[in-house]
Amino acid sequence: MIRLDETDRAMLRALQADATLSAGALGRRFGLSQPAAWRRLKRLAEEGAIRGRRIDLDREALGFGVTVFLGVKLATKGRVSLEDFERAVRAIPEVQLVHHVLGHYDYRLRIVARDLADFERILRRRIMTLPGVGDVEANVLLSEERRPGPL
Amino acid sequence: MQIDDTDRRLLRRLQANPEATAAELAELAGVTATTCSRRLDRLARDGVIRGQHAVIDWPALGWEVEVSLRFTLDKTDPRAFDEFLAAAREVPEVTEIQTFLGRVDVRLHVIARDMAHYQQIYREKILVLPHIADIEALMQVAVIAENEVLPL
Repeated sequence: MIRLDETDRAMLRALQADATLSAGALGRRFGLSQPAAWRRLKRLAEEGAIRGRRIDLDREALGFGVTVFLGVKLATKGRVSLEDFERAVRAIPEVQLVHHVLGHYDYRLRIVARDLADFERILRRRIMTLPGVGDVEANVLLSEERRPGPL
Repeated sequence: MQIDDTDRRLLRRLQANPEATAAELAELAGVTATTCSRRLDRLARDGVIRGQHAVIDWPALGWEVEVSLRFTLDKTDPRAFDEFLAAAREVPEVTEIQTFLGRVDVRLHVIARDMAHYQQIYREKILVLPHIADIEALMQVAVIAENEVLPL
């Protein structure tokens, strides 16, 4: 587990808000020299504190008016059916996220579509035809906020 | 604003290589460096690119448990949504808040250090949120895919 001090946490919070901040900019904000800020960034990256970078695009402006979260239950379970399902679901371009979960559903999916008619097409042609798929529940996203979390 | 094929190509490359420099993106998208930076500036100015965010690896920081909590609210009270959301924002372990049209009203993504810690958060911070009619938990076992890329 990575040990973080207050400055590391502050730097991570700043990068959550804007991942393009340079070592120089971070240093100025938190009273560090540019090389000192760079060394901290390098350590955080090497130790894996940051998983990657998320580009936040205006989905509607790009023609994706609808985002839907799906709960999917498999009708048949077993190692092979999980692998088949996962391989097939990852190949669907409109699927943005796949989490394997434990509970009422087996998978949680996030899907983008141009509109509700397009979503219906994806649901019927791509999702309902996935290997092993059983019960599916759809909830249409109305609003979303990301929180910084316990940093 | 008008988005043309070159914009789409740049955004596709940017989504696939979020950490690429403007020069690298220009090369990947087959445009000049000047065109690339001018277009990226315009896309950011017009709000098509809303921001770039570092994604924290919570398990690497010792937060091993992730749970998707799905709530149905008691909607007989017109303030139910606002009051629930305001209270949920005060819980530091909540990393995402979504509202929906469907059987689920709100989803909270909650992280915890371990199961005992999760139980403590659930009892002390989640069950006390206002206007809850029903809660359903989905415990995250594995991330199969999580790129949130738009199929441009």
